Amino acid sequence: MKIIVCIKQVPDTTNVRINPETNTLVREGVQSIINPFDVYAIEESIRLKEKHGGAVTALTMGPPQAAEALREAIGLGADNAFLVSDRAFAGADTLATAFALACAIRHLGGADIILMGRQAIDGDTGQVGPGVAENLDISHITDIRKIEEIVDGRIVVERLLEEGYARIAARLPVVLTVVKEINTPRLPSLKGKLAAKKAEIPVLKAADIGAEVERLGLNGSPTQVMKIFTPPKPGGGKKFTGEPAETVGALLAELTAAGITIKGAH
Amino acid sequence: MDPIRVIVQNCVGCNLCVKACAYDAITLSGPVGAREGKPTAVIDLVKCTLCGSCVEACKRYKAIVITRSTFKGQDITKYSGICVFAEHRRGRLASVVPEIIGAARELQKDLSAPVSAILVGNGVRAYAEELLSYGVDEIWMIDHPDIGDFDEDVQAELVAQILMERKPEIFLGGGTVVGRSLLPRVAAKILTGLTADCTELSIDPSTMLLRQTRPAFGGNIMATILTQNHRPQMATVRHKVMKPAEKVGTPQGKVVELTHIPVPKSKLEFIEFVEEKTATVNLVEADVIVSGGRGIKDPKNFALIEKLALATGGAVGASRAAVDSGWIPYSHQVGQTGKTVKPKVYIACGISGAIQHLAGMKGSDMIVAINSDPNAPIFDVAHYGIVGDLFQVIPELVKRLENGV
Repeated sequence: MKIIVCIKQVPDTTNVRINPETNTLVREGVQSIINPFDVYAIEESIRLKEKHGGAVTALTMGPPQAAEALREAIGLGADNAFLVSDRAFAGADTLATAFALACAIRHLGGADIILMGRQAIDGDTGQVGPGVAENLDISHITDIRKIEEIVDGRIVVERLLEEGYARIAARLPVVLTVVKEINTPRLPSLKGKLAAKKAEIPVLKAADIGAEVERLGLNGSPTQVMKIFTPPKPGGGKKFTGEPAETVGALLAELTAAGITIKGAH
Repeated sequence: MDPIRVIVQNCVGCNLCVKACAYDAITLSGPVGAREGKPTAVIDLVKCTLCGSCVEACKRYKAIVITRSTFKGQDITKYSGICVFAEHRRGRLASVVPEIIGAARELQKDLSAPVSAILVGNGVRAYAEELLSYGVDEIWMIDHPDIGDFDEDVQAELVAQILMERKPEIFLGGGTVVGRSLLPRVAAKILTGLTADCTELSIDPSTMLLRQTRPAFGGNIMATILTQNHRPQMATVRHKVMKPAEKVGTPQGKVVELTHIPVPKSKLEFIEFVEEKTATVNLVEADVIVSGGRGIKDPKNFALIEKLALATGGAVGASRAAVDSGWIPYSHQVGQTGKTVKPKVYIACGISGAIQHLAGMKGSDMIVAINSDPNAPIFDVAHYGIVGDLFQVIPELVKRLENGV
């Protein structure tokens, strides 16, 4: 089975803080990491390989330093990795990114299963997976919490929806985006770390993957950022301190005064 | 020429762009510019993603410019009107639908264009009346027995066909699991721009373009996005943010059946839908949510959260810290990488209030925080806060609620 896992290197937004005085991003000490959701996709691809055989290729589009994320993926068990990197890709929105990744996947000979995280934590769009599938003209299913089985080219998955989950089957090849519930990612092994260190990571440029330049990067992106701003700092409300009996009493009195009932039906 | 450059004679070396760049791509190391002795900004093109943050930060001096070669979109003059995707499954319209119609009708005030809804599926005629009652002017409908609720590939294809035929200027969908899967597929089919999970939509008064505003970087920054040369301008809208459309007295809209569009066969095969058993999981619809975070300390202690949820008739939520620690399943996670919720009352227990959590719950009507740390950021967004040990406060609260005192 041929598996491609698409990952993204992102700034670790959980450590991003706002400077309360200037209301700007404090970026110091913020590291680049593999998008957390993609770590689950890597793990799932390794598990699929362990179960069904085959090989896992990690793929990312990004600047040269994104090769680090690919090395990490190799450390976690990917067999090889390719970096899609070219100045022509810069400024790509999700449409141009999906197009470029699909071109790269086709260049690599396609795959039976293409996995990725449900969204990246910097952009939070979740739009690239469906876009890649459309460009490759194959099925996609988002928010997968479990891959139940793959038998004779038919895959059965559980897709997490708002009020429950749907069991859905599709024919391979397919693009799947995964949620955290799908597995518990392993840590890199010593062997993996050594492999990561030694790995050669080929760079694929726009010309290599046969992508039309006008559909790439800033030029191939219908959306453009008009303005970026920090959201207004919230004010904060009433705070009660003291003994629980007093504070809880004060809270309930306030809620009652505001006409809010939180007492459930018994 | 590179699309981004620094105009040295305008740069005062103020450092604002350096701070604004989330990718560490700018340093002050260029030749002296507009201010004596001050080095100017230099952009590391390798790191730069052309996101535009620096351009925005430098709007006072206009020393950084991004130029894009205008590429050809469609003939955008042929497009008009606002269209929404009427998501539905298992016998009812998604609860986000009245909200996106509400957003569309707000935009209608500035655009004076009709609001339409795309309704595709099997037996969907049944939803037409409800859609019209929200003030939709026209429903573009394909009611066909071969379109299953979960045949998203078929639905995406039909939506794309309808959009190409009917040419609305704006197309909005819900920021739901399905909306955020189907709309990107549609956008990739018809090659137009799509902005995810918008929390604010408006019409730019000078260009009449749709201003699509959304949080990014876990809610640390907001970005306003435009789709200039492509149509429709597409966006998904975050659930529970927009005000639902009010019902109109006498619906005037009509249903247009598009029977000439052929319905393809689905490549997906729906097996079954399993509703989550516990009533406490459906966070998105709950009126009261009680959430636990790192301060819960132990998975066993989630019983306390559940008790309070029961006493308030609410659902159980959790912060990412609690989910990552394996204390409670991911389906309970509230926040940027979990669910966005907007209950009437949100009770955060032992949650410090990381940006990523706030992104998912700060739209709640009323926020109550219980935390032992008086400086926890959660108190900044809470309407009411109790500074105290949750292991004492929650039992007290449960007792009072149960005894009705």
